[in-house]
Amino acid sequence: MADWRDEVEPWVLESRIKVPYTWTAGETGSHYLLELKDNKKFWGTRCPQCKRIYHVPKRNCPECFTECTEWVELGPLGTLRDYTIMRKAEPRLHTLPVPFAYGVIFLDGSDTGFLHLLYEYEEADLAEGLRVEPVFAEERTGHILDVKYFRPAKAVS
Amino acid sequence: MQPVAIVGVGQTKVEANKIRERFEDMVFEATNKALADAGMTIDQIDNVTTISNDFWDGRTISSMAINDACGSYDKNVSTAEGDGTFGAIYGLMRTLAGTFETTLVVAHHKGSESVMRLITNAMFDPIFERSMGIDAIASAALQAGSYMRKYGISEEQCAMVSVKNHGNAKKNPYAQLAMDLTVEEVMRSEMLSDPIKKLDCCPIGDGAAALILATGERAKKITEKPVWVKGVGYCCDSYHLGYRDLAGCDALVAAAKQAYTMAGIVDPRKEIDLVELHDAFTYQEPFWLEGMGFCERGEGGKLTESGKTALGSELPVSASGGCLSSNPVLVAGLVRIIECALQIRGDAGEHQADGVKTALAHGVNGPAGQSHCCWILGGEA
Repeated sequence: MADWRDEVEPWVLESRIKVPYTWTAGETGSHYLLELKDNKKFWGTRCPQCKRIYHVPKRNCPECFTECTEWVELGPLGTLRDYTIMRKAEPRLHTLPVPFAYGVIFLDGSDTGFLHLLYEYEEADLAEGLRVEPVFAEERTGHILDVKYFRPAKAVS
Repeated sequence: MQPVAIVGVGQTKVEANKIRERFEDMVFEATNKALADAGMTIDQIDNVTTISNDFWDGRTISSMAINDACGSYDKNVSTAEGDGTFGAIYGLMRTLAGTFETTLVVAHHKGSESVMRLITNAMFDPIFERSMGIDAIASAALQAGSYMRKYGISEEQCAMVSVKNHGNAKKNPYAQLAMDLTVEEVMRSEMLSDPIKKLDCCPIGDGAAALILATGERAKKITEKPVWVKGVGYCCDSYHLGYRDLAGCDALVAAAKQAYTMAGIVDPRKEIDLVELHDAFTYQEPFWLEGMGFCERGEGGKLTESGKTALGSELPVSASGGCLSSNPVLVAGLVRIIECALQIRGDAGEHQADGVKTALAHGVNGPAGQSHCCWILGGEA
């Protein structure tokens, strides 16, 4: 017995959802991003109880559940922990041409790592413990990508 | 815990693009299969838990769009957004609350209708992480690299997981990607984000799954083969990758411990017969098995290499083909529970393992195994 469903041509509609968002960086994030923009400086927050220094800054310490109100200047050099070389391009997402790398970087003075991009490296040099330095954008807008990427530190320190 | 059992299960075949079906069509199929499996009708379902993700569905409160299809119209229905194992715990809690005797849990996912990398990128913090373009594969690769370097797990050992799971999938009619592979073929596949290659990754696909939970006495009336919930556990690690030890899986250790304690399991190596793992990337088999205590930390690669995780061996892992062969997101965790239930009942068909009395179903939520959920299921109350 013929079933109409076997005959039907599937009809596919294209659409997209466009919703502009405005995300506040919050007081803690705002202070951090404006320092990055205006002074090319990295700041973290220190937990008054366990003294752990968070970068990127946390408003409250998740371990002690207390407010972190003290700022500590960090970096600008850091040490690489986790990394991966991205080889599959996705122009809708990536700000650098492949291959580039993602890294979890511990800025000097910080107890926590943060995600950023790595570029201008030799693949053989990528390793846990690699010393890295930030490359700042000329035009800074108060954005995490005011640091275009990190690269192996030129001066040994 | 009061006795609760799984009394009915249903799943659609997972396919790369179910172009002939909307997500509610898949939900209707999975729901009806679970009802038929339990020998129940929709009016015997007291309440419903649905599992879906608005971002993937491209619709806010997308759970409301499926109430015709899962019979939740005119019923108490609530929704979980997260892996199916977590959603099923919500269903379990609703069953345990004492108000309802039967609970339908249903999950759906259409990966084919959007763009995986853009959607998984959106799970990251918009202020500090998202603009770097990181996605599910890159975050998993950060973890894979650190874990493999720390413990000397080789890419070949990971490739063996791909070979095994895609091979197991040939025996599972619901699996999406079933194929004969060699370690060399996996190793030669396109490098996406070091050390993860294309054949180390799950495919994108469409599917739905459903299960029915019932309280103890009711379960015995519904079916001769109830599968009992012996223990559950879940734990969540930090959201930001930099705050976590990516080479560890502390959240899984904690989740497994909770589930073992509840189930009275002292030594999982002796007491668990089969594992259905949330193994969306190959490194996750050795990594997650270590976290669950099936071997010592760092020994997971050798465990895989020994062949003990193959179907027909000591501890079959993802006999269904696992997430590596089919990974409709969120649905995948529910399928892990369903597959364990089928194995315990002896109804898994061609990929049935021998003598499965106790099984562990595992689910993951969030980037690079941020949170884990473990279910211990057994055939006896």
